[in-house]
Amino acid sequence: MEPRPRSFYILSGFFALFILFLYGPTITIGILSFQGEGGGLTFPMRGVSLHWFRDLFEQQAVGDIWGSFRRSFALGLMVMVVTVVVSVMGGLAFRRKFPGSNILFYLIITSLVIPSILISLGVGLLFSQSGLNVHWSTSGFGAQLTWTLPFGLLIMFAVFNRFDKSYEEAARDLGATSWQTLCHVVLPIIAPSLIGVALFGFTLSYDEFARTLLTAGSYNTLPLEIYGMTTNVTSPVLYALGTLTTVFSLIIIGAFLCIALITNRRRARRTSDAGKGEV
Amino acid sequence: MVSPLAAVLLIFLVLPIVLIVIVSFWRATEFSIIPAFEFDNYAFLFGSPVTYTVFFNTFKYAVITWACTLLIGFTVAYYLAFHIRTLTWQIALFLLCTIPFWTSNIIRMISWIPFLGRNGIANSTLMSWGVIEEPIEWLLFSDFAVILAFVHLYTLFMVVPIFNTMMRIDKSLIEAARDAGANGAQILWNVIIPLTKPGIMIGTIFVVTLVMGDFITVRFMSGSQSANVGRLISNDIALLQYPSASATAIVLLLTVLITIGILLRFVDIRKEL
Repeated sequence: MEPRPRSFYILSGFFALFILFLYGPTITIGILSFQGEGGGLTFPMRGVSLHWFRDLFEQQAVGDIWGSFRRSFALGLMVMVVTVVVSVMGGLAFRRKFPGSNILFYLIITSLVIPSILISLGVGLLFSQSGLNVHWSTSGFGAQLTWTLPFGLLIMFAVFNRFDKSYEEAARDLGATSWQTLCHVVLPIIAPSLIGVALFGFTLSYDEFARTLLTAGSYNTLPLEIYGMTTNVTSPVLYALGTLTTVFSLIIIGAFLCIALITNRRRARRTSDAGKGEV
Repeated sequence: MVSPLAAVLLIFLVLPIVLIVIVSFWRATEFSIIPAFEFDNYAFLFGSPVTYTVFFNTFKYAVITWACTLLIGFTVAYYLAFHIRTLTWQIALFLLCTIPFWTSNIIRMISWIPFLGRNGIANSTLMSWGVIEEPIEWLLFSDFAVILAFVHLYTLFMVVPIFNTMMRIDKSLIEAARDAGANGAQILWNVIIPLTKPGIMIGTIFVVTLVMGDFITVRFMSGSQSANVGRLISNDIALLQYPSASATAIVLLLTVLITIGILLRFVDIRKEL
């Protein structure tokens, strides 16, 4: 191997600083959430305690945290499932030109770049003007899909751009119906990227704030609840909640990455048996 | 196959925009909104000097954030793509960069408080080093804090597309440039940057639209002292002035779409995926 140039070490330093910049603040509030009972929002630590976590579990003065967590979790799962299914269907459809495909493509881009507050305002108006109640599972759900679907679709476009069509042709030549081709050939090949789409669907929904603001109705999701807390809670209980949600997010991300890793391993083990004389 | 997608976008994207356009011509009283067709909301919007200040602010945030995220994002992507030699390490470090993207933005904003506050880490460190005598007041709740938070939240949107295009650059082109006698800086400027332009454009689109459409970061990090267009809209909404919020929203949407339209002239997104 050729020796590393000097720029490598400078850039490594830069990269380390960047990572510190990304994670430093989060780690700080992680530490500060263990602040002692008399401590405030910043250093120094006045002892170490679980006081603020206990506060979270006990009192309801800070709002309905657990209810909002359950709602966010349920909504995240709903959005995740729909995002995966609709993105795969959309990705498959977009492999061929169809009437209106260009318009639809630009709508997807619009959905991605439109300021979130317009979705919030527009969906809120739509429901109120048509006499429907805004609720996190209807209007909130739809508003979040406008954010997760573009990501899912862009991933699917990228996947199908690299997809080798000869697998499908081979399946068809062997007499598979189009449904069989989809289930036994296409879906298994794209499965790992579906894990990515699912991760995007869940986490983007779970953390979404702006698009749910006017569309969640009277029952808050977790980010809305946290936002409410920032205006009236000025104790480390805020950090404790932040630490817990971040840990939860990290667990979710870790779970998805593990699933991805295991699928890849298993796939590597079960390689082609072509030429081994098995029938 | 495509009908569920079309249905979702129709109901939750197209209809809401249409409705916002319609409501922007309505009239508001103190407690209700009345169907009408008048241009009062737009006349008021364009007649008020506040509008221009706020739009200027919005562009200011967008441009400064764009420049910072581009510099940082390009450097990080360049390091990952050209200085890390094994694919496993590239993926591992890339994931390390992307994980914060999947955690809560609001928590990430809150997490700057202990750093930037009056008695925060930044101030106490600088004072203990003797760089400053008094705590700096403009660290938290200022334009500085707003842009810092933007850069913190959105640099990733630059790293990912730039890294993606860099990974597809044919390494033999770089070897050819070196064989032809180019030095590192020349390779960077004449080979890598031109080939990375599509990724830079996609990153730019993400960052510019996210910053221009934001209202929450500006509110939170400026301590309600600065305003951008998003905050103007959300203030109107809080006062139930939906028609004037709608008019502002339409002007914002047009501004964003025109900006994107210009940027899209430089890149074909579908080819770059």
